[in-house]
Amino acid sequence: MNFVMPDLYPASAEIFLLLMTCAVLLVDLFAGKGRHWLVYLLTQLTLAGCFAITFFTLDGQAVTTFSNMFIDDLFADFLKLVLYPAVAVMLVYSREYLAARNLDKGEFYLLVMFATLGMMVMISASHFLTIYLGLELLALSLYALVAIDRDSARATEAAMKYFVLGAMASGLLLYGMSMVYGATGSLDIHEVGQRIAAGGGNKTVLVFGLVFVVAGLAFKLGVVPFHMWIPDVYHGAPTAVTLFIGSAPKLAAFAIAMRVLVSGMAGLAEHWQVMLMILSALSIALGNLAAIAQSNLKRMLAYSAISHMGFMLLGILSGIVGGDPRFALNAYSSAMFYAITYVLMSLGSFGMILLLSRASFEAENIEDFKGLNKRSPWFAAMMMILMFSMAGMPFFVGFFAKFAVLQAVVAAKMVWLAVFAVLFSLVGAFYYLRVVKVMYFDAPTDVAPLEAPRDMRFLISINGLAVALLGLLPEGALEYSIYASYAFLAGH
Amino acid sequence: MTGLPLLSIAIWLPIVGGLLVLATGSDRNAGLARLLAMVVAVAGFMVTVPLYIGFDTTTSDMQFTELRQWIPRFNINYQLGVDGISVLFILLNSFITPLVVLAGWKVIEEKAAQYMAAFLIMSGLMNGIFSALDAVLFYVFFEASLIPMYIIIGVWGGPNRVYAAFKFFLYTLLGSLLMLVALIYLFFQSGFSFNLLDWHQLRIPLTAQIYLFLAFLMAFAVKVPMWPVHTWLPDAHVEAPTGGSVVLAAIMLKLGAYGFLRFSLPIAPDASRELAWMMIALSLTAVVYIGFVALVQSDMKKLIAYSSISHMGFVTLGFFIFNSLGVEGALVQMISHGFISGAMFLCVGVLYDRMHSRQIADYGGVVNTMPRFAALFMFFAMANAGLPATSGFVGEFMVILGAVQFNFWVGFAAATTLILGAAYTLWMYKRVVFGAVANHHVAELADIDAREFAILGLLALCVLGMGLYPFPFTEVMHASVENLLKHVAVPKF
Repeated sequence: MNFVMPDLYPASAEIFLLLMTCAVLLVDLFAGKGRHWLVYLLTQLTLAGCFAITFFTLDGQAVTTFSNMFIDDLFADFLKLVLYPAVAVMLVYSREYLAARNLDKGEFYLLVMFATLGMMVMISASHFLTIYLGLELLALSLYALVAIDRDSARATEAAMKYFVLGAMASGLLLYGMSMVYGATGSLDIHEVGQRIAAGGGNKTVLVFGLVFVVAGLAFKLGVVPFHMWIPDVYHGAPTAVTLFIGSAPKLAAFAIAMRVLVSGMAGLAEHWQVMLMILSALSIALGNLAAIAQSNLKRMLAYSAISHMGFMLLGILSGIVGGDPRFALNAYSSAMFYAITYVLMSLGSFGMILLLSRASFEAENIEDFKGLNKRSPWFAAMMMILMFSMAGMPFFVGFFAKFAVLQAVVAAKMVWLAVFAVLFSLVGAFYYLRVVKVMYFDAPTDVAPLEAPRDMRFLISINGLAVALLGLLPEGALEYSIYASYAFLAGH
Repeated sequence: MTGLPLLSIAIWLPIVGGLLVLATGSDRNAGLARLLAMVVAVAGFMVTVPLYIGFDTTTSDMQFTELRQWIPRFNINYQLGVDGISVLFILLNSFITPLVVLAGWKVIEEKAAQYMAAFLIMSGLMNGIFSALDAVLFYVFFEASLIPMYIIIGVWGGPNRVYAAFKFFLYTLLGSLLMLVALIYLFFQSGFSFNLLDWHQLRIPLTAQIYLFLAFLMAFAVKVPMWPVHTWLPDAHVEAPTGGSVVLAAIMLKLGAYGFLRFSLPIAPDASRELAWMMIALSLTAVVYIGFVALVQSDMKKLIAYSSISHMGFVTLGFFIFNSLGVEGALVQMISHGFISGAMFLCVGVLYDRMHSRQIADYGGVVNTMPRFAALFMFFAMANAGLPATSGFVGEFMVILGAVQFNFWVGFAAATTLILGAAYTLWMYKRVVFGAVANHHVAELADIDAREFAILGLLALCVLGMGLYPFPFTEVMHASVENLLKHVAVPKF
């Protein structure tokens, strides 16, 4: 038996994060009370370090390691380079909120770091088992995070719900993977893709497995009809955790959807495209319709997340047109652009909820934004930018995200699907407009000044302005997605 | 010709100026905000004057063109240019903006900076719509202009403003979203181009043309607004502050009509001819039926709103009878309606600022206390009714002539507007202005001050000037209209 030391270099960011997580664990243990800022700082530094490692080891060459279970390609790197800032921004936004509620324990930061590691593993997975490992690492951290406020019955209930449903979804995914293994004899995504393309494996078993895999993925993405956990978890979790769940993990979910469906099962595209079509159409319809009825902003954004993920799926499903992958680059890069912009907008919107919250007050109802224009015209303008961007209005980046996906759908000759999607974004415009209405047209009931710390105010302003600026000049971000998707397609 | 990118300046000067006005902040600096807004608005108008002076009337080509890559990923360019059809609207828009700023000078006391900024930004966006030659650029400006208007209606509007603002926004968005799909479809049909001028040369099968035409119709008919998708307009007009109503009537409604000329007719000419009967029928319905609806209104703003719909029916009628009299008449009507409806709303605004009522029944005998105002109001009312020697007459007369050329009965039905228009406008005028002083509120009215006189007087001059000598307007549009009609006459599928 000869043991070959795997090449650790491609996974250096992951290894660094893991080591630092252990270090932070120890620091937290010995730092004592009142030293949470140290843990916070170390976490931020770790993320910065990961960013630096990924950035400076950027390499056009795709490298696999750990017996082809782990891949380091540009697609992964580019997604990770968005992932770290997203997590870092989320930490800045949530610090004051957590401190005011006595939740800024070391565990929070540890769980966030483990979750981040899970997402990185998901993004870099080139093997079904790696996907599962990353997914579970993320999911288990998230279950705990949702319940981090131990005394909140609502949060505990949400965590329980999330756990039970999440475990079931993992089960479905795993079951689907075992089917695929049974049919192709491999769990290596690349090999599975080749064997399916070569016509290997029993088609019935494969499609049967595919159904379970798609169901598992749909759960993680939170699309209808596997969306039930989203509103409850978003609503029940402390807002800081909602912010986390609602942002970075969408990138990881996008990554595994691409790896599994496009890399692994391109040969079954005709089957999963139909499934995704149903999922995304239902999500866009139900997400937008149900969001109208919400008076709680977190729930509203939860339903909006469902519809946004449906929109992103539209991009993934229009890559292969009747077996012809001519528009694949166009479609996948559009979906990726959509995912990235969604993360940006989601960070900003949940960040605004945190900005308005105080020690004894959760600004989670739409009503709580009443008259914000009188209290703080600047942040009202930021929220307005974010809401219009989510609604897909131009000159904000949300418009170009929708535009990119819609053109991919039309390129795939599914004009009716594009019409369906835009009609439901009209419905969506209604509830985003309502938030703007509350801020601008209504008189304030709460006149307390905003208490948020300076770094958060600064960052949320940058966040809002970025949404506006990327809307004026989206080319850079579009190119970014193109490069990543190109690398992805070249590798598979 | 100057080397300056005049169109870009016309777009971005008001927008950047508006952001600066916004930066003046709270109402403590309202004076500064007003002054700055006025400077920006006047400067915005000044930069558009060279567009008219330097305009070459002998060609139908795009002029003052600018071309820059914007989003190469989708081959979207920042491409601007004007022809005889669009240049006048940029001037009109930039001309109306200072008047609107002036009209809101004293009345808007709350969040004056935001009010002024919203109008300036909107003005820039609308210049963008009229000068965009790239479909996505057009669309982006077209949709973005909804945002400031939504805010204007919702923040400074009347009691039912929230309903009106939502209705305005969602109605218009519904139309434009379908247009977006049509634009993307054309992108692929044309081999990855969003260039409008390329699209004009595109050969498209008739069925596809009809779908495209209907998608564009959704967007533009709502904006015009054509019967039966006009119902948002009376609500928006009634609830909007005076300035909002003026911009809505004078410029925003023109966007839809302009869209027909820039998109529907040249891109889907065969479908346009095929469906002309429907367009004519809808237009005549607007002219006649909405004319009657206007007659029974008890709210002055609502009455003028319906009158606007009826007049815009004339515009769409002029477009779809496909002769140069009709199209040019419609364009003249659009400009003229910009002046007249703007002035009418300002007149109502003058009354509303004093009495806080728009109900005709609350007035009576205004002439006794406001003689100067009554005279100007009279003039605009006459112009609205299409009195010869006012600009209102020129456009209507040309369209009626064109319509008779096309079909006598169409012309006949259109001509009823001369009677209906006179009936509803003058009857309203009579009830508001003439007669005995109705109540003590009217008895206490103060006549218009120098500021109001300046605004209304300026508009009166425009209406009169255009009525007496419309040549400078028709001269500019002639070459482009002829070219468009030639283009439409050739089957393309």
